[in-house]
Amino acid sequence: MTSEYLIYKSLLVVLVFVITLVVAMYSTYAERKIAAFLQDRIGPNRAGPFGLLQPLADGVKMFMKEEVIPGTSNKALFILGPAISILFSFLTGAVIPWGSAVNIMGSEYSLQIADVNIGILYLFGVVSMGVYGIMIGGWASNNKYSLLGAIRASSQMISYEVAMGLSIIALVMTTGTLSLNEIAAQQQGWHWNILIQPLGFLIFVICAFAETNRAPFDLPECETELVGGYHTEYSSMKLGFYLFAEYINMFISSAVIATFYFGGYNMPLIARFVHDSNALAILGVVFLFAKIFFFIFCFMWVRWTLPRFRYDQLMNLGWKTLIPLSLLNIVITGAVMMRHEIFQLFVK
Amino acid sequence: MITTYLFGFLSFLAIMFALMVVLSKNPVHSVLYLVLTFFTIAGHYVLLNAQFLAAVHVIVYAGAIMVLFLFVIMLLNLNEETEPHKSVWLKASATVAAGLLLVVLVGSLKGAETIVATNKFDPNIGLIENLGKSLFTDFLLPFEVSSILLLVAMVGAVLLGKKSIK
Repeated sequence: MTSEYLIYKSLLVVLVFVITLVVAMYSTYAERKIAAFLQDRIGPNRAGPFGLLQPLADGVKMFMKEEVIPGTSNKALFILGPAISILFSFLTGAVIPWGSAVNIMGSEYSLQIADVNIGILYLFGVVSMGVYGIMIGGWASNNKYSLLGAIRASSQMISYEVAMGLSIIALVMTTGTLSLNEIAAQQQGWHWNILIQPLGFLIFVICAFAETNRAPFDLPECETELVGGYHTEYSSMKLGFYLFAEYINMFISSAVIATFYFGGYNMPLIARFVHDSNALAILGVVFLFAKIFFFIFCFMWVRWTLPRFRYDQLMNLGWKTLIPLSLLNIVITGAVMMRHEIFQLFVK
Repeated sequence: MITTYLFGFLSFLAIMFALMVVLSKNPVHSVLYLVLTFFTIAGHYVLLNAQFLAAVHVIVYAGAIMVLFLFVIMLLNLNEETEPHKSVWLKASATVAAGLLLVVLVGSLKGAETIVATNKFDPNIGLIENLGKSLFTDFLLPFEVSSILLLVAMVGAVLLGKKSIK
């Protein structure tokens, strides 16, 4: 535990923190631009060139707005809600392998903050804690729309966590590890997990949409029924935190999808052209971010393509379609992995 | 050395949060303190190098069971006003009973001798590879039987949740 090590890890933490913030900030801009593109409009174009300063203007607006804390609400929990929400969104970035190791002056520097051997479980645990922010905020607002939104959000997240966990189990069976770094490293070249686990990928993506409360699963903040859902009573930067947490979750989900199923920082054929390991590592980071941005685009694309589900449809999809499908996926994965043993059983 | 300090700190937090669970008037606060207690216990598991257990503890207890607790309490809308007030007699008898329990505990601990652990602590025992191996070799039968237990609970829940049984 040298001081050099501590400095490098702290630098990495700050870097990941800042990048997450910037990506989340510009996701709001991208969302508006993509929405405009899909609806044949122009979108924000007043603040700066192409409206690029729009997120900054929005941020300043959020900070400057009047802060209203409802008189009847539970004040401590009311403030705690958005704080928990954004805290657990940031925590997930710790186990994502942002790139392969960089070699600087003879010592290896991994581009992952914490290579824990239970990375997937850590991720899962943090995601399951995210629901507290919404529940506490919705309850403390002391507003029936907020409470309904909070209850919808939490039951939706609990339901889809099951299918998500089951789809990850099939992935763990094929990769044989719970460490995200190893999963990313295994997918060198063309060995992307999507080719091995297409059904698991589909289930995982649907669950990721539901876990981030994005359309078509954005029932917790369904404007037509619940005003604003769990953040109806929030104003100023507390509302900003809730909205920001959603964009951070989207960014991290995209990173996880890219790492689990699309090779993480790997890109086929690139090792033929670039031989320097440091250059490869930096290119890997670029590729990972390209994949992440593509998935963020998909999140937004789906939002402006599919209409919102009805609540019973949501529950039916989660419990009666996705969970049986993911169980089937586990059985098929197991059968394919044990095909030689099963074959010998029939030959004898 | 640092683990000793961490152990002391975590234990202090765990006991404090556990006390707050009992002492706070608002049931929602109680549930949230219980979640914090589970976190400190997960911290203890990490100190024992049992990361798998820590993660599963957080996922299952803090992430799933306590969410359902919070759910029920929020829907019942329990708060400080609706808390039932017990009579003085009940409070007095509870105090006497708890005091007697303390006397029993102190009495039994007074005569006990401290045991020194004979086999050395294996830091690798909590790692997921070793845990999986022992679960699927030495403890295969109990492990599989416990799945039947869960199935029974699930069937029971479905049966209770059904509106009409024909």
